[in-house]
Amino acid sequence: MKTDSLGSLFLKRFKQNRLAVAGAIIVLCLVVAAVFAPLVAPYKPNDIDRKHILMPPDIHHPLGTDDLGRDVLSRMIWGARISLAVGFVAVGIASVIGIIFGAIAGYYGGWTERIIMRFIDIMLTIPTFFLILAVIAFIEPSIWNIMIVIGLTGWMGVARLVRAEFLSVKERDYVVAARALGASDFRIIFRHIMINSMAPVLVSAVLGIAGAVLVESALSFLGIGVQPPTPSWGNILTLGKDNIEIAWWLSVFPGLAILITVVGYNLLGEGIRDSIDPRLWESERK
Amino acid sequence: MFKYLAKRFLEMIPTLFGITLISFFIIHLAPGKPTDALSEMNPKMTPEARERLEKLYNLDKPVIVQYGMWLKRIVRLDFGESFSMDRRPVMQKIWDTKQPLLERRLFITFMLNLIAMIIILMIAIPVGISSATHQNTLYDKITTTTVFLGFAMPSFWLALLLMMLFGVYLDWLPISGLKSMSYDSLSVGGKILDRLKHLVLPMFVAAFGGLAADSRYMRSSMLEVVRQDYVTVARAKGLPEKTVIYRHAFRNALLPLITLAGLSVPGLIGGSVIFENIFGIPGMGQLFFNGVMTRDYSLIMAILTIGAFLTLIGNLLADIGYMFADPRIRTGR
Repeated sequence: MKTDSLGSLFLKRFKQNRLAVAGAIIVLCLVVAAVFAPLVAPYKPNDIDRKHILMPPDIHHPLGTDDLGRDVLSRMIWGARISLAVGFVAVGIASVIGIIFGAIAGYYGGWTERIIMRFIDIMLTIPTFFLILAVIAFIEPSIWNIMIVIGLTGWMGVARLVRAEFLSVKERDYVVAARALGASDFRIIFRHIMINSMAPVLVSAVLGIAGAVLVESALSFLGIGVQPPTPSWGNILTLGKDNIEIAWWLSVFPGLAILITVVGYNLLGEGIRDSIDPRLWESERK
Repeated sequence: MFKYLAKRFLEMIPTLFGITLISFFIIHLAPGKPTDALSEMNPKMTPEARERLEKLYNLDKPVIVQYGMWLKRIVRLDFGESFSMDRRPVMQKIWDTKQPLLERRLFITFMLNLIAMIIILMIAIPVGISSATHQNTLYDKITTTTVFLGFAMPSFWLALLLMMLFGVYLDWLPISGLKSMSYDSLSVGGKILDRLKHLVLPMFVAAFGGLAADSRYMRSSMLEVVRQDYVTVARAKGLPEKTVIYRHAFRNALLPLITLAGLSVPGLIGGSVIFENIFGIPGMGQLFFNGVMTRDYSLIMAILTIGAFLTLIGNLLADIGYMFADPRIRTGR
């Protein structure tokens, strides 16, 4: 009963926040475009048309064609798949690692905590983009590796968050009661404490997706992310740079897609945050 | 105060140690370990590169010994020689003592990031404050929206758009390098102007992301401070609003921004890979990117370690700045 009313309260607050709803709609459109890419896209993403190379936008190709005559709109719709997949998987990996480290540090405290927190400090000292590039230099730049690398270098924020939640919750009565009843550490961590710490983790995950989308597109733009002919917004922009003097549409539209996507995730994330508990987050707002 | 500083320095030692450990671990991801049978078949690994990697990191010895020997060399800033054709010592590539200071890669990257940081703070602080003091006005809404968009803007796309607009269509500004081909034939004034023109777009791009983050932070920090009791007291005393904001609230609102400035150092350094690559700036970021493309292991390790070290220095400077700004820490309370 209680959860139900909390849930509906959340929905009510969320719906009142117009920006949050706008963010949710953007993300929803993106998911639909990505999932139904074969149906939505007017052309096949890798159909080469040598007669229509670098055509500016017109009725047949609303966003123009690239240097091989491929339809830019279709490639962007397929690119949404990459962006979506990388965002979700990378953040999933980061969240799982972050939750585990954060929970262990927050629950056990002492030396374990000190070592984990020091490790996080060290990870934060190495410029993340350098770290990602360095790892990519040693492995194959495939979409799966990109996801893993972004995930492995992005968990520190979640870990800190979860630890802070644990610290504030672990001495509460219901946790003490669970312990007194003989519940195992595992059960206390995951069944009792974690459930109550999920809200901030969810918010940071949604915001984290925006960050992962940016990193993936930057890597693909630099030529070390998703490799052509697989379409990604970043590698279409690379063509934009190569043809900067003749084909503005290759530079403008994919970037716009990235911007709108990131704005969408940010609005959604902040909307969720404000709807879950406005008081809790008021001071954290940046 | 001295005690605090000493403690702060001591804390840096395990962190430095950890950085070298992580760097070392990454080297061992390289397909070249003697134990790794697959490396024989890896096309990325030529026998010659393999042999050099083995020699460089003493791969025939136990891991602990390898790490110790590597550490010993790094302390002397000896990162070995580059894997590229020229085989120059890596340190010479990053900090070429034969070149004038302005042409050295590390110096270029360092200066560009420093200028970016100064620009960011000079704009973000006043924008954040005025946006906070004019909360919910049209001005506040416009800046908040701009900042929100700026936050989501991919820096490389911004660079691309600016290059297209100012470099190609308007043809006002150069879009590549730090100076023109004709640089040497220019007069002193012309040289300075030439360098400045080359800096406009890269600096704008480098500063943009940080600008959004910092002004947003400054705004919320200011909003929080003006709600405090002592600000109300200052107002109740009948002090003019200007004095209240700039003498009483400002100093406290600035404190978290100092920390943020320190924390933004790794982002700036990491971002230099992107903008140096796009604008063809011969800095450390470009060198790093080239190293990644050619799998120049020793160069990658060197720049990774130096990047982390610069971040550490940045954090230290932020802490020292914080100490001067906040008397509570200065007196050790």
